[in-house]
Amino acid sequence: MSLVFAGVCSHAPGITGRSERADPAVRDAFYAGLGRMRLALEAQRPDVLIVIAAEHFANFFMNNMPSICVGMADQYEGPIEDEAWIRIKRTRVPGNAQLSKRLIETVMQDVDLAYAQEWKFDHGISVPLHFLTPRYDLPIIPVNINCQGPPLIPLQRCYEFGRALHRACEQMPERIALIGTGGISHWPATPDSGRINEAWDREFLERLLGNRREELLAYRDDQVWREAGQGGFEIRTYIAVAGATEGHTGELWFYAPIPIFAVGCTVAVMNLPHSSA
Amino acid sequence: MSLYAVQKLIYQLNRDPEVRKRFELDLEGVLAQYELTEEERRCIREPDIGLLYVMGVNGQLLMHFAALRGYAWNAYLEAMREGERKHGPVRTGLYTPARSRT
Repeated sequence: MSLVFAGVCSHAPGITGRSERADPAVRDAFYAGLGRMRLALEAQRPDVLIVIAAEHFANFFMNNMPSICVGMADQYEGPIEDEAWIRIKRTRVPGNAQLSKRLIETVMQDVDLAYAQEWKFDHGISVPLHFLTPRYDLPIIPVNINCQGPPLIPLQRCYEFGRALHRACEQMPERIALIGTGGISHWPATPDSGRINEAWDREFLERLLGNRREELLAYRDDQVWREAGQGGFEIRTYIAVAGATEGHTGELWFYAPIPIFAVGCTVAVMNLPHSSA
Repeated sequence: MSLYAVQKLIYQLNRDPEVRKRFELDLEGVLAQYELTEEERRCIREPDIGLLYVMGVNGQLLMHFAALRGYAWNAYLEAMREGERKHGPVRTGLYTPARSRT
């Protein structure tokens, strides 16, 4: 099989943790976009969901920071954050260690990877799963791209990782779904929390959903930092999805800045030839 | 290197319930396990969220530490702003332009 589903969405902890402080109309439209993504994902009957996220010091720290790490366990746990703060109950989430291992071995032919047999999800994965697999019945394979502790992996390497992941998925018999999660422009957990560069986001989304490789890889971190904040470094997860869906365009299902969520809330899905939706 | 130690302490506090328990029972004992300056120890102890931010502690670490120490969301944001007013701009780390990071 190949990828049966691919998309991107936001993962900010305010999406669940500060839900009552958002404009209800915009918030509910965003939640509906995530609900639509859940139905589209379920319609593909995936055997596993790969979540490429940018974590925030739940598992990895600057004592030993992998650029890209893939989970290889039969179960995970999350969220690691205080349950009352993020308002998601901590739970065990199934994995698929055997498929992880096959994918890792195959991707390693092209791209160096780290792997982890222990992994605690933080909001980067737990917030999307809260909406997309709320029964926690779909095995997850977590992938982390370091977007927090520079030096950061260059964008073209993220794209190449995505391409290698796609090639690996093609060799597996399982039906595999993929999402990338992260912000676009945002300044999370800083005094500028709530600042969002909507024009920058929309330009990025055009490049992403047009899968315009050269234009996606033209971003530079110093420019991203100035225009899109340090949270903008998380475009790496979206660019990996672009690499995994090379040659295919996508559709924007929802975008709106929600300042109290500290991010331009996004739901977008790539058009894949294997998907039947 | 010292900022690294401050961040490592907060990282371990955030993710490990055992470290949190020891932090509650024996704050000084936990602090002694890290190579911190007196100012850094004071910032963790009080806590001085504003100065920790100005020192360059990553917000993805700091916001959970602030929540642990009883700061509601708006109070956390305000503490960082107060830190900037009092101590000037962030000195190093992810919130400074790449060329001025040390």
